[in-house]
Order: sequence, then structure tokens, then C-alpha cells
Amino acid sequence: MSMLDTAWSPAARKTLLTPILANNPIAVQVLGICSALAVTTRMDKAIVMGIGVTLVAMLANLAVSLVRNHTPNSIRIIVQLAIIASLVIMVDQILKAYLYELSLELSVFVGLIITNCIVMGRAEGYAMQNPPWPSLLDGVGNGLGYALVLILVAFVRELTGAGKVLGFTVLPLAQDGGWYVGNGLMLLAPSALFIVALLIWALRTWMPELQEKD
Amino acid sequence: MADRESTRYTIGFAAVVCVVCALVVAVAAVGLRSQQEANALAFRQKNVLLAAGLVEPDETRSDRELEQLFDRHVETRLVELESGRYEEGGRIDPRTYNQRRARNDPALSRAAPPNEAKVARLPTYGGVFLIRDGTGDKTVRQVVLPIEGIGMWGTIYGLLAVDRDGKTIRGLTFYDQKETPGLGGEISNPKWQALWVGRHAFDANWTPKLTVIKGRAGPPEQDPHRVDAISGATITSNAVSRLIGFWLSDAGYGPYLRRFREGGNG
Repeated sequence: MSMLDTAWSPAARKTLLTPILANNPIAVQVLGICSALAVTTRMDKAIVMGIGVTLVAMLANLAVSLVRNHTPNSIRIIVQLAIIASLVIMVDQILKAYLYELSLELSVFVGLIITNCIVMGRAEGYAMQNPPWPSLLDGVGNGLGYALVLILVAFVRELTGAGKVLGFTVLPLAQDGGWYVGNGLMLLAPSALFIVALLIWALRTWMPELQEKD
Repeated sequence: MADRESTRYTIGFAAVVCVVCALVVAVAAVGLRSQQEANALAFRQKNVLLAAGLVEPDETRSDRELEQLFDRHVETRLVELESGRYEEGGRIDPRTYNQRRARNDPALSRAAPPNEAKVARLPTYGGVFLIRDGTGDKTVRQVVLPIEGIGMWGTIYGLLAVDRDGKTIRGLTFYDQKETPGLGGEISNPKWQALWVGRHAFDANWTPKLTVIKGRAGPPEQDPHRVDAISGATITSNAVSRLIGFWLSDAGYGPYLRRFREGGNG
């Protein structure tokens, strides 16, 4: 079997695609909720944050997996943290250099990617036991799953709260002479919890196997 | 291979990880620094142009165009806040002067007198941006002043443009604030900022007099000292009016503004 076949084997595809829906980090594993509340008032923020987390999760999983057979068990968590923290600083520096105005608003949350449960959870839960390539796919998949939920939540919040999609006015606001009265709650953090909860409900109705037996 | 769980191996491994991670961080920080500093400068220039009304809020211009516009219209100077005189010693380059950093540096700042804007420290030198019409005419048309103060959730940073008469507001913009989105955050809305334009910061005796009110203020000619507050954001609205009052008072840029309006351009 050639390299390419292994790289895109059904198992590899499964590693990449499962976390996007069936094992979504936010909606199913309920990880990374904190940043999902903070960065979803606007879609552009959500997209950049999603890319940032995907990039960090991918590279962190790859690096952790590469050194997994050499990492002393006693310091494995701190090694993962050092790797993740370095990557996060790198992402933050890149944002400051190329997306400056967005970075002013996102910097705080980008810094918090270090403590994002998804990145840490995948490094410890997956990359420590698996070879580099599947680990990388797992990181990308989880990052994309996180980004997908973030973008969905941000779409609803930006549209109903500010009448805009990606900064373009869709529903003209009453205060600007239009007809739509923006829902202020949607711009506050609690609304993200409601939307995430509704998403979890929808996903579990669609995929009943996700429901716990009680 | 050495025993993976031995102390010696563990310490060695940790050291290697540290060196590699430090390298990655250092390369990213050093390699991108010039680009980041250019961004910070361009951002400041853009906001000065916005406050001065030389760029419209919804206008998109390249960094290059903004820089040319800034160079043509704006002169950056430093003012000793207490005396209101320009800093002539040339010890600090006004273009790279970081007022926020200076304010936290004991050598370049002092404790502020008690004030309503909750400003704790004052820098010795404040930046001023002198705006000319760009045709070579030396007359200063307006001056843009950096302002800041505590809002509801954090410090609000902005720029205030004052006419050469020393009292008429020509523009206002906030470029860094953490107020509630949709409520206090509306201070970043150009439509609300436009309400300030044309109002008078001082009364006939040059006492700072500009407040926000609930309800509707008249047009600037009839109602020169009052601005509509943002509904649902009383604390933020009051904070904005207090911080503007503070920076125009004698504790802030007052002494400079007095010289500015009496001497033409300071």
C-alpha cells in the first residue's frame, strides 16, 4: 500500500471527520465552552478564533505525537503545555502582524487557547497514544468541529443581535433608521449558552445514539 | 537508550523542550516585530484621521494612503501637561511616544489629582496632533488629543478633536473599550460620536461644561453643552462625559488649550 493510500485510508478519514459532527468537541464532548461564549458576538471573530484553534490543535497534536515515545511520563503534561503555549504565542504574534485590528479584540482569547480544554484534551487523550499523522488529522478535525459550532453560534448572535452577517447589514437596525430592533441579549455571553444548548439538543435528536441511557 | 523515567533523562528532556519552544517563540516575536510596530502606528494614525474628520468611518483606505494623508495634514507634538508648553528638548520622539506606557512609568508620570473620570496616573507629557488643511497653510485648524478614563468594565481610550477656538468639539472616536456590546459598546458607533460634533466644551467663563442627558438634546447651535446619553448605558455615557471633562480641565490638557486658543497655535 502506498503512502497516499495510508494517509487517506477510511480510518484516517474517520479520524478527521468524526470530531466535526458525531464527536464534536463543543456539542458532544462539551469542551471549550468558555471561549465559545466570548468570541461569538461577530462572525469574523469566530472564524479567526476557529482557524487559530485548528492550527494550534493540529500542530500541538503533531508535536506531542512526535515526541510521545521519548516523553517521560512524569512530566508529560507540562511538556504538552509548553508545546501548546509556544504555538499559541506564535499564533498571537502572527495575528498582531497581519490582522492587527482583529487581534486587539481577540488577543485575550487567543492567549486563552493555552487553557482551551480541546487542545489539551486531544494532546493528552489522543496524540500521546497515536502516530503523528492520525494525531494531526484528529487535531484538524477537532479544531474544525470547534470552528463549525463557533461560526453557527456567531451567525445567530450577529444576525439577531446586530442585524448583520460578517459585518454586512442584513436587517437594518431601528436605531440606524431601519425596522429591526436588535436583541441586546444576543450580544451578551449567556445567549451563546442557549444557542449551544439548542445545538446540542438538535444534534442529539438527529443522532439518537449520542443520548446517554439513564 | 537511557531509562525514560530516570531523573537524568527527564531533566535532559525538559531542557531540550524548553530550548526548542523558546526558539519557536523568539523567532516568531523577532521576525514579526517590525510588521507589528508598523501596524500599531498605522492604527494610531488612522484613528487620529478619523477623529479629525479627514477619513470617514466607513471609508476603506490602504495603509499607504492613510500614511500619506497623515503626513500631509498632521504634526505630532508633545506637551508638558502641567505647564501646557510644547516639549522642546527633543529628548522624546513624539512619533514613537507611547502615552500608555509612559503613564505607568514612575519617571514619566505622576499621580493624578482626585477626579470623576477615575484617572489614576497622569503622564508628564501628553501627545497632541496638530491638524492643518494640507495645502501648506501653517494655520492649525484643530488639535486632536488622546483621552482615557474608566468606563463600566474597563478603561476607555479615545481621541478628541478640538477646534482652534479651543472649545468646539470637531470629532470624537474611541478605539479601545470593553463596554457592553450593543449598549455601552455603542460609544464606538460613529452615529453617536457624531452627536458630539459642534458642541462646546466650555461655557463663556471657560469652565468645562459638557454633559450627557437622558432624552433629546437640541441641535448644537441651540443646545451647545448637552449630548444625548445612550439609552440603557447610563454608566458608560456618564463615564464618557466625565473623561472628556477631565482631559479638557486644568488637570488634563486645560493649560495647553488655553495657550492654544490664545496664541493661535500654542
